[in-house]
Amino acid sequence: MRWIKKSKAFKAFMAPMSTQNPISVLVLGICSALAVTVQLKPSVVMVLAMTFVLTMSNVIVSILRHAIPKNIRIIVELTIIASLVILADQFLKAYMFDVSKQLSVFVGLIITNCIIMGRAEAFAMANNPWLSFWDGLGNGLGYGMILVIVGAIREFFGTGKLWGAKVVPDWLYQSGYVDLGLMVYAPAAFIVIGLISWLQYEWVIKKKND
Amino acid sequence: MIELINIAVKAIFMENMLLALFLGMCSFLACSKNIRTATGLGLAVTFVMAITVPMNWMINTYLLKEGALWWLGLADIDLSFLVFITFIATIAASVQSVEIIMEKFSPTLYANLGIFLPLIAVNCSILGGSLFMEQRGYGFAESVVFGLASGIGWLLAICVMAAIQEKLKYADIPKGLQGFGINMIITGLIAMAFMSFSGISF
Repeated sequence: MRWIKKSKAFKAFMAPMSTQNPISVLVLGICSALAVTVQLKPSVVMVLAMTFVLTMSNVIVSILRHAIPKNIRIIVELTIIASLVILADQFLKAYMFDVSKQLSVFVGLIITNCIIMGRAEAFAMANNPWLSFWDGLGNGLGYGMILVIVGAIREFFGTGKLWGAKVVPDWLYQSGYVDLGLMVYAPAAFIVIGLISWLQYEWVIKKKND
Repeated sequence: MIELINIAVKAIFMENMLLALFLGMCSFLACSKNIRTATGLGLAVTFVMAITVPMNWMINTYLLKEGALWWLGLADIDLSFLVFITFIATIAASVQSVEIIMEKFSPTLYANLGIFLPLIAVNCSILGGSLFMEQRGYGFAESVVFGLASGIGWLLAICVMAAIQEKLKYADIPKGLQGFGINMIITGLIAMAFMSFSGISF
């Protein structure tokens, strides 16, 4: 186990989960994190699509890193990413049509998600495919972690459900509990993410610094 | 005409690209430190959006949509799966050409906006504008108005944010909440204010 913990791949995989989290620390890829988190299910599907695109694009860019001319690298990277997003989108349309409808344009917007471009530029262009794979996977899951937490909070408090199933019991409603309607709307997403980043600072980053 | 005004009002206030649909957050958070920068970026976004949405409308209607190639006699071809890659290529290309043209003909404007232009190619509100246009099936006039109005809405939001952030320098915020955390909460409050526009229509 120890050699795993010391390996570079493990570090590349773990850093985005805690101190280098793409959303709450590096502030990348916020758009989709806010938009799809009204419910838990679309959030999870979005995370899967995003992780797939991120990991694959990291590996492909890393394999091609010596072949890509410096001047046009952004266009090349965008093309690779866009092709992968088309794959993910077609897959979702074929097998999960209802979720794909719910996510609407946000699957397409994975193309312009700054995490993917950021990792391709900052990591995959400078590291080998093996490390890039783990970095991509780690970033995808670090992104996913925040999305799932926000999605769960918003669905639970907004509608009293989790994954579409009722969680808050009826007697609680009868005794006067009311769903917080604001949670379903846009402003709540901003506020919840802001508070999560605060918590993460207090619990994770502050401890690391001490 | 009324319909067009409705689309514009909706795109600027009720379905504001930034505050209701969350698009373009990255550059919004990165460039809202002072009003000058924010206005520059906002203008550049408005400009590019007003160009690319109608342009992508034309590409979508005459090349990509199901049956769009009737004028070549190929009515049964459906290229709509190419929408993403074509739209992003159009956007990247037009950003690049706008930059070149601006540098040639208006060096002062270029000096002010120039640094923001490359940033805009990966601003999701631009691609989002085009994708919403495609998804909602707007016509040509509608997509011109929608592109321009979405850009103005974005400009408005980033200016408000920059103005608040300039005042915020003097506030005493808990350390963990500084930066990203407080920005998100402020944006949430602005979004709440914009929500109260919903229901207005002509």
